[in-house]
Amino acid sequence: MNRVGVEKQKLASSSKSNAMFKKLIRYRYIYLLVLPGFLFLIIFKFIPMWGLILSFQEYNPFQGILGSEWVGFKNFTDLFSSDQFYMMFRNTLLINIFSLVFYFPLPIILALMLNEVRHEVFKRVNQSIVYLPHFLSWVVVVSMTYFMLSADVGVLNKLLNQLGMDQIALMSEPKLFWILLTLQSIWKDAGWGTIIFLAAIAGVDPQRYEAAVIDGANRLRQIWHITLPAIRPTIIILLILRLGSMMDVGFEQVLLMYSPVVRDVAEVFDTYAYTQGILRGQISVGVTVGMFKGIVGLILVVAANRIVKRFGYEGLY
Amino acid sequence: MSFVYKKRLSVSDWINYSLLVVIAVISLFPFIYVLSVSFTDPDSYIPLKLYLFPENWSLASYEYILSTASFMNALTSTTFITVVGTILNLAFTLTMAYALTKRKVPGMKFIMGCVIFTLVFSAGIVPNYLLVKELGLLNSLWALILPNLTNAWSLIVVKSFIDNLPDELEEAAIMDGCNELGVFLKIILPLSMPVIAAFTLFFAVGHWNQYFQALVYLTDSEKWTLQVLVKSLVIDSETIGAASRGAVSGDSTQPPSETIRMASIILSMLPILVVYPFLQKHFAKGVMLGSVKG
Repeated sequence: MNRVGVEKQKLASSSKSNAMFKKLIRYRYIYLLVLPGFLFLIIFKFIPMWGLILSFQEYNPFQGILGSEWVGFKNFTDLFSSDQFYMMFRNTLLINIFSLVFYFPLPIILALMLNEVRHEVFKRVNQSIVYLPHFLSWVVVVSMTYFMLSADVGVLNKLLNQLGMDQIALMSEPKLFWILLTLQSIWKDAGWGTIIFLAAIAGVDPQRYEAAVIDGANRLRQIWHITLPAIRPTIIILLILRLGSMMDVGFEQVLLMYSPVVRDVAEVFDTYAYTQGILRGQISVGVTVGMFKGIVGLILVVAANRIVKRFGYEGLY
Repeated sequence: MSFVYKKRLSVSDWINYSLLVVIAVISLFPFIYVLSVSFTDPDSYIPLKLYLFPENWSLASYEYILSTASFMNALTSTTFITVVGTILNLAFTLTMAYALTKRKVPGMKFIMGCVIFTLVFSAGIVPNYLLVKELGLLNSLWALILPNLTNAWSLIVVKSFIDNLPDELEEAAIMDGCNELGVFLKIILPLSMPVIAAFTLFFAVGHWNQYFQALVYLTDSEKWTLQVLVKSLVIDSETIGAASRGAVSGDSTQPPSETIRMASIILSMLPILVVYPFLQKHFAKGVMLGSVKG
């Protein structure tokens, strides 16, 4: 009995590994195709995660990751007890809130406005123009901001000068920093952001508008009762996913706008990781900030995705 | 006669059209201004004057920039990264995305899980920097290509596009004795042209505009990309006393004149401005590819 059982097991396991082997052979081309991408993921996405243990060490470049001294949670307690931390947290939060309040509604409004345009050529030309800034780099957008608003070369100040008025230094005014970031984002991306809403609007059955017209609804009422409800799911999904990325700010944008004058309002987790970790060589500090941001960001994104799925929509993944 | 089909413009139409014109003007104004100044003769340029149209047309600023070694070096670097990077992006993304559509193949679901994990979590700036340093890629243009070979978002979008292709062609090809490699090359790739077109553009624009990695990884100013060069020409000369890394190209202590700075901006975005009107449609379609996930 026992022997038979063992035999059976042997047979089963050998046929199992055999089947496995057969599948490997059978699907060898699939494995071949996935291999380059998978190796890339391992090397450039997962190996750096190994570097996260540096946040529990006092990194010593001569000892490397294996030889550096373990310090437990000291890097984290140092981070949480510093004033810098609250400054970064506040800046991240407020930059995001400014963007939610002032940026988020604009692509929706612009999409509704474009949708009311019956003149096809006008519509197409207008779309091409407002999409264009999206394709410029942040370097170009920030450079143009200087040419518009800076104290010595800005258009605004040249205009004020010609009118005989005093110049104003908008770019070095900490109070205006977050608004300036938001305005840049609006100029760059509000047009491009309409695409997804225009696509949702295009899916509305035209008969519903015809029926509304027969019922005597004017344009505004048609928008309110037909168009807006039709794009409501898109708005909700984008809003929730936007809330899930509250730890992110446009890093290149902030870095390019960063200067010592506005440091108190401009410092965010990524700029701190960069200046401390890379420029000043305090590797462990940089890794710790990055890890904190990464983990909170992960929790927010996963939560946002869950909520979107619970509403019955498709999430990020 | 119903409202929708009425040809004459109502008051609300007029308001709407006027606002859209204003928005278009705001979108275009910085381009027009920068373009105008860049074509103005540098010698007759008056800094405190407002130029909306070029006065004393001149190509001097462009001639100057194109004659500097730093600009030509940056152009070479940027072109190399964009061309090589985009080709490798397409190769890595398409092969992997196709393989990931084969859910029944052991291991594919796990790898898809890994892809999604990189979408929601990344190690951060410093660990990535250390890896590039350990690999000896600092100061090499490959440091801007290899860490970006593909990414989760592109993989997910391309995979869902391939998922939505009809299965019949693939099945027929397998019946005819074609292996998966053949299917990929002869059937999937030709059918994926819309997604390939859109992603070629996205990848290329991404490489062309990439700034941060170039700033951190390229320490030698001879290897600088256009974005880093333009940043040092335009922004560093604006933020006085900014702790910029490396010196502005050229040894002159005087910041470059405004006309030259503006010409450098125009040149740095010229390829995008040139191809944009023709390819805009593909870009817009590419965005929607991402929202039809299967």
